[in-house]
Amino acid sequence: MFSKLRLVWLVAGRELKDQFRDWRVLAPMIILIICFPFLMNEFAKQTVDFLNQYDANLILDRFVPFSIMIIGFFPITISLVVALEAFVGEKERGTIEPILSAPLDNWQLYFGKLLVGVATPLAASYLSIALYLILVTRQDLNMPSPMVMLQLFLLTTAHATLMVSAAIVISVQSTSVKAANLLASFIVIPVALLMQGEAVMLFWGNEQVLWLAISGVIIISLLLIRVGIAHFQREYLLGREIDSINLTWIWRTFWKNFIGGARSFGDWYGRVLGSAMRRVAPAIFILALIAGVSTWMGYDWIMNNISQVIAKASPERIEKIEAGIRQMPDLSNLQGSISAPFLFLNNTRAVAFIFFAGLFSFGVLGILLYMVNIGVIGGLYALFELLGMRPLPIFLAGVVPHGIFEIPALMIGSAVVLYIGAVIVTPQTGKSMGEVILELLADWTKIFLGVVVPLLAIAAIIEAYITPGLLLSVMAK
Amino acid sequence: MIETHELTKQFHDFLAVDEVNLSVDAGQILAILGQNGAGKTTTVRMLTALLNPTRGWARVAGYDVVKNGHDVRSSVGVLTEQHGLYMRMTAIEYLDFFGQVYSLSAVARKMRSDHLLEYFGLAEAAHRRIGEYSKGMRQKLALARAMMHDPGVLLLDEPTSAMDPESARLVRDEIARLKSSQRTIVICSHNLTEVESLADQIAIIYRGKILLQGTLEEMKRNVLGAPEYEVKFSADWDATGFELPQGVDLLSRTATSLKVRVERPQESNPQILQALSAKSASVMAFQEEPRTLEQVYLKVMAEAKGRENVQ
Repeated sequence: MFSKLRLVWLVAGRELKDQFRDWRVLAPMIILIICFPFLMNEFAKQTVDFLNQYDANLILDRFVPFSIMIIGFFPITISLVVALEAFVGEKERGTIEPILSAPLDNWQLYFGKLLVGVATPLAASYLSIALYLILVTRQDLNMPSPMVMLQLFLLTTAHATLMVSAAIVISVQSTSVKAANLLASFIVIPVALLMQGEAVMLFWGNEQVLWLAISGVIIISLLLIRVGIAHFQREYLLGREIDSINLTWIWRTFWKNFIGGARSFGDWYGRVLGSAMRRVAPAIFILALIAGVSTWMGYDWIMNNISQVIAKASPERIEKIEAGIRQMPDLSNLQGSISAPFLFLNNTRAVAFIFFAGLFSFGVLGILLYMVNIGVIGGLYALFELLGMRPLPIFLAGVVPHGIFEIPALMIGSAVVLYIGAVIVTPQTGKSMGEVILELLADWTKIFLGVVVPLLAIAAIIEAYITPGLLLSVMAK
Repeated sequence: MIETHELTKQFHDFLAVDEVNLSVDAGQILAILGQNGAGKTTTVRMLTALLNPTRGWARVAGYDVVKNGHDVRSSVGVLTEQHGLYMRMTAIEYLDFFGQVYSLSAVARKMRSDHLLEYFGLAEAAHRRIGEYSKGMRQKLALARAMMHDPGVLLLDEPTSAMDPESARLVRDEIARLKSSQRTIVICSHNLTEVESLADQIAIIYRGKILLQGTLEEMKRNVLGAPEYEVKFSADWDATGFELPQGVDLLSRTATSLKVRVERPQESNPQILQALSAKSASVMAFQEEPRTLEQVYLKVMAEAKGRENVQ
């Protein structure tokens, strides 16, 4: 194992040496490391002074953690160029073939590049942060607590790993450095948005949520590394040299997989769709288990958090809430908006949203949204219980009739997202990443059109025309 | 050794290599000739386990290129079309890096790199950055890299294309030495004179398919026909009653020369000389008409293109 790791270090060492001999990489990094802490420090001071003129009552100390996070982020964005050109740069310079022809395993090459890609920006970030902390100590400002410092350290490391692992995936899949640089915005912009959320948590002082954010970023980073290795194929690094989108090939590949050689609609429904459903079956099973857990979590959260609110509420307030709930099934005055088409479109949109959220996060965000949707059922059950209403008959009348169609539709739709995530992070021999994604999109479309949409349509009709009547009769008792 | 069976590579709709069968033993040199884009580089990349064959199989140094890619890469030295040098490294660093990749000991790395740099005349420039090297020096260094781990199989793409005649000779001598020390060598080249002087076997590839394969002599015979000989006389010669032996065709005749095509030279040439002697012909010279690989190559390519136009 040591000799195998030695080769990782060898690849990284060569790359690192090469990098430090290039003043075009070094100079901006050094300038940024030295100048940015001073700039940030001055900016924070000016902002606080300016806002305090208008009675904002801001304290400069509160800016320190935020400044550390920003100072840590900027060197990463600049040195991202090193990771972005890790493979595609070598390809353009013609140096990739000798190294690919050498007895190095894919993971050794990949981790060698990843190591240097992460180490350089991180070293720059840590140096910059250290310089800023020296500035902080010289201004009699309070240092953040050790816990916040640890979180900031982990956040910076997680951001670097996330961005570099994404950059290396781009570098492997791109056909030119120019294309890789253009695609870099797909890394920088989402991470910048993520940091806005993290900044809010820092100012808000919510450590628990910040830990969740750190864990989320680390999970996505690990999945990205896994995707990179899974789709690292020497063949595709050497083979693809033209930067053009072959729409005909894209459409043909998608259609071939969508139709699956079916001779009739019945054949497609039975054989092709059946085969796609069998592939997704393990994911459906997992999501059924997740559904159970989510329902319990929703129930538990409401029981623990809302019970105190209800206990403190006046009897008049409780009466008002109960009346509101009793009026809910009467859709007569809302027929214009809450109709079967409305319910159908709403639910279809939710499944599509879960798909898109999952597609860009290897299923993680999609499954979280699914958990929230399912958790609401448990939450509502608990709420009825807390309000002293009998939840079981209400559920049997108000949820089960359309739920037996709607919940499986949601479950199957989300299961495809989990399946897609799992396939993307799994090595697919002999297939390019594009082919894999097109096959998965074809599978999703098959299941969405063949199973999810019909189930949601039936659910919408029942929910609009049968459920209200049943619910009213139960509520009246 | 190298052995392939119906080796095929298809990129989407493009058939790059079509059912190529090769067999090169240890101590042999195979030259692959063909136009740019004919499939030479794709074939070499499959033999280096960089590309997976779509169909067929290949074994290099006893290893299957698909199942034992790592072992294949360990046993092969490759000179790629683009030399792939790291311009900010020095030659000594570069060779040392690849020596480490091939798991050579520090002593072996030092010995091999010193020897190769000395042999290729790069010793003085060993500590200069590769970016400062001339084109020829870079090619020599790339070749030194391919030979660094003393591989059993060498795959060389245009090994002397950028070199001056002196360096090219040096490289050819080294290739010949490697051949005599039982290395298996494949050369892709456009330099037909070089191929003629080095190769034991030649394969002409066109649009991914091997059109012709064999030794140079076999190729000449198959493509250009039986060898032709010219007899020159020191004085005018009367050919009345002179009959050529069986299996010898007369191509042309003048008062002072005779041109013939001989099916079996070993049997027929002494008979021709005897017949001429019997007729008291004053033979000044008897020589084979020079026939080059270039003639073979151009004829094969012209025929292939002609067939294509007909289709």
